[in-house]
Amino acid sequence: MQFLNTALPLIFMAIMGLAMLAYVILDGYDLGVGMLLPRAANDAEKDLMVASIGPFWDANETWLVLGVGILLIAFPYAHGLILTALYLPVLAMLFGLTLRGVAFDFRMKAGDSKKPFWNQMFVLGSFVAAASQGWMLGSYITSFRTDALTLSFNALIALTVPATYVLLGAGWLIMKTDGDLQTRALGWARLATIPFAVGIAAISVATPLVSEIIFNKWFRLPDFFALLPIPLLSAAAVLALWHVTGRKRIVDAGYGWIVFAATVLVLILATLGLAYSIYPFIVIDRMNVWEAASSTSSLVIIAIGTAITLPAIIGYTIFVYRIFWGKATDLSYGG
Amino acid sequence: MNETALLLARMQFAANITFHILFPTITIALGWILLFFRLRFKATRDAKWEEAYYFWTKVFALTFALGVVSGITMSFQFGTNWPGFMEKVGNIAGPLLGYEVLTAFFLEATFLGVMLFGRGRVSERTHLIATFLVAFGTTMSAFWIIALNSWMQTPVGFEIINGKFHATDWLAIVFNPSFPYRFTHMLIASGLTASFLVAGVSAWQVLKRVDSAATYSALKTGLIAAAILIPIQIFVGDMHGLNTLKHQPAKVAAMEGLWHTEKGAPLVLFGIPDKTTQTNRYAIEVPKLASLILTHELDGELKGLNEFAGKHPPVAPVFWAFRIMVGTGMLMLAVSWLGVLYLRKRTPATMPKPYLILLSLMVFSGWTATVAGWYVTEIGRQPYIVYGEILVAEVVAKHPTGVVGFSFAAYLLLYVGLLIAYIAVVKRLAEKPSRGQALNLPVRADLNRQTRTPLPQAGEGQG
Ligand code: HDD
Ligand code: HEM
Ligand code: HEM
Repeated sequence: MQFLNTALPLIFMAIMGLAMLAYVILDGYDLGVGMLLPRAANDAEKDLMVASIGPFWDANETWLVLGVGILLIAFPYAHGLILTALYLPVLAMLFGLTLRGVAFDFRMKAGDSKKPFWNQMFVLGSFVAAASQGWMLGSYITSFRTDALTLSFNALIALTVPATYVLLGAGWLIMKTDGDLQTRALGWARLATIPFAVGIAAISVATPLVSEIIFNKWFRLPDFFALLPIPLLSAAAVLALWHVTGRKRIVDAGYGWIVFAATVLVLILATLGLAYSIYPFIVIDRMNVWEAASSTSSLVIIAIGTAITLPAIIGYTIFVYRIFWGKATDLSYGG
Repeated sequence: MNETALLLARMQFAANITFHILFPTITIALGWILLFFRLRFKATRDAKWEEAYYFWTKVFALTFALGVVSGITMSFQFGTNWPGFMEKVGNIAGPLLGYEVLTAFFLEATFLGVMLFGRGRVSERTHLIATFLVAFGTTMSAFWIIALNSWMQTPVGFEIINGKFHATDWLAIVFNPSFPYRFTHMLIASGLTASFLVAGVSAWQVLKRVDSAATYSALKTGLIAAAILIPIQIFVGDMHGLNTLKHQPAKVAAMEGLWHTEKGAPLVLFGIPDKTTQTNRYAIEVPKLASLILTHELDGELKGLNEFAGKHPPVAPVFWAFRIMVGTGMLMLAVSWLGVLYLRKRTPATMPKPYLILLSLMVFSGWTATVAGWYVTEIGRQPYIVYGEILVAEVVAKHPTGVVGFSFAAYLLLYVGLLIAYIAVVKRLAEKPSRGQALNLPVRADLNRQTRTPLPQAGEGQG
């Protein structure tokens, strides 16, 4: 029992981190494609871009529900605190996700005259959702402070996250399309790499400055050296991004997936770094995972359910991605 | 506690859940109806079933999308509006919500892609299985969320330690005393909502002369399903009421407009509950009937609101909502049975015009009854959030009134806009000639994955 009391909150913290990471990667690419929609050359290209994410977006968003769900289920005390503090950005995000989600259907079904309007809602929704998620990440890292410096930091992150999603979206389009669209997607990826790299660097610098505890964790020996691979690998991945996005022939040779993969690698490393910084807090300097956790017996019940269902979820997700493998084609209910 | 902020928080939560439930109510049953169309096609190879499937898939996809986005909003509502709720009962509500995400949301969301866009990429069998899994997933999410809601109405299987709820018996929590009634009632409500939607839209198509063999089959399916479900629903509703009498007598007293404890209480058909005089004005009553229905004795004693001073819900909304639900149910009974009588002699194409108009007017009657039913349930639980245990006022978030007011207004605006767009699009889809708009691809039982070849377009389909 004592062991479970200690271990379970940590395990759930890890699952929550994984769900959030999965969300950022998966919904990230489809929100990114949404933000890239205005750059499409024509209407057919817009349709194709939307078609490339059509079968996936709903399941992608479910990772957010799982992430928030675990926060709610496993850490009810932190859940109330965090969501109360983030009331307005959450509201903005929900509006964004709502507009984007309904636009999938309305843009095709509401009639040609309304299509441009719903295309705009698609773009706007994608951007608002991404930017508010960035703002939330910023306020979370800075422990919900509201001084001017913190707010400008939040604003910076609010722009970094859309850039990250655009990069993911462009990487996705490189894999899922060919010809002209693919070539331009490469260019979009290159442009997005710059704010992406700057933003990630800014977060990395800012996090230790927020709290002395975090600062000491990173800049003490020998931990400093043990942690060195995180920034080094990230830098290498960004270099790879820059390299590949400048050379179309690498993509033509079949290595276009490197763009997406390198971005994902940076996100994984960033998550690891963040996790190391925050541990064992769930709200930095205020509440640790054990203080926030539900009762052990409830956690056991969900742990059992998670252990059984999560592998199944991952299994059938892979199954569905395989069904729609390869370059995207126009979607239809007819077949 | 700031009264206005509490009121606003409640109104906002109510607006959100009301908007959300509209769409699940349709998709839960429409999923099964689509599966039925597919199975009919498999058995008969008659193209009309394909056409019906194809048309209703469009409506399903649209409805599902609205259900998803409003559902995502819901998953944040507990935290933003009722943080105290999760702090107190998180140990119980958490796992129920968690199982919903794990066993239902992922299933339906993942296989939805295959169901909608997988034709031509997977075999017919795989596609059928995907359709089944989506329908099953929506039903599972109803299972878990209704389990939670029912537990809030009739809480059992817990102990309270230091003000926090701890589960002692999970089976008792899931299958709490009101769960079987509520779950059955909700599923049938969903069946009725979808049936009247299908029948109503089809009737409209007949009126607009955009009908085809597929329209007639859909209309028949909707009508017959409704005619079968409505008597069962009335029966289950009655049992549900008896169950409520046992566990929440104050709610039943409000539903019946019974101000004072009485033997041989009358059934109030109509009246205006007046809380100052504690009577119903202009009441039309059937003597002794309420006692007969609820206690099965002419002179049975019913507890009145006077027994629950200060601890009973507001009477008028509960009283009215209950009458709207039951009234709609009676109307459904009349309309669906009349339709089935017509079907014995006529085809849908030759049904009398006034009847077809009536049927189209009933297109969203399921929504009316369902929402009214929920209002009975939820307002009837007041002033508690967990019946008999926790008051709503104890758990509300302490946001400034201005913030909640702003977000509430914003939500309302968004929802009204989306609802108008939704209804307009369903109407538009219905009025487009569907004749011959079946599928372009011959269905091959052994179709293998062909991923790179562009597939022929079947009209407007993407979603
Ligand atoms: C009786 C039915 C019912 C009720 C009362 C609720 N739901 Fe629901 N919900 C469904 C039945 C449903 C569904 C049929 O399963 C949906 C509709 C479309 C869909 O994706 O699933 C759904 C969707 C849905 C989603 C999106 C899932 C996805 O991404 O696919 C979320 C997050 C929620 N709901 C959350 C809630 C919460 C927090 C509720 C209560 C307060 C709630 N729902 C009430
Ligand atoms: C089955 C899942 C549901 C759960 C878990 C649930 C839970 C809740 C909670 C936590 C509240 C806030 C506290 C309160 O004011 O009592 C509430 C209120 C309310 N809910 Fe639900 N609800 C559910 C379904 C529904 C549906 C489907 C509807 C309507 C169609 C609905 C209508 C309302 C209304 C009108 C209120 C406000 C009552 C009042 O404040 O007077 N609920 N519910
Ligand atoms: C005509 C006879 C009907 C009767 C006697 C009846 C009875 C009831 C009762 C007593 C409740 C309150 C339960 C509680 O204590 O919480 C209720 C709730 C409800 N009703 Fe009905 N009902 C009828 C028809 C319908 C119809 C036609 C629909 C929908 C199509 C419907 C949908 C609902 C829903 C969704 C709820 C709330 C969820 C629940 O608590 O089950 N009802 N009903």
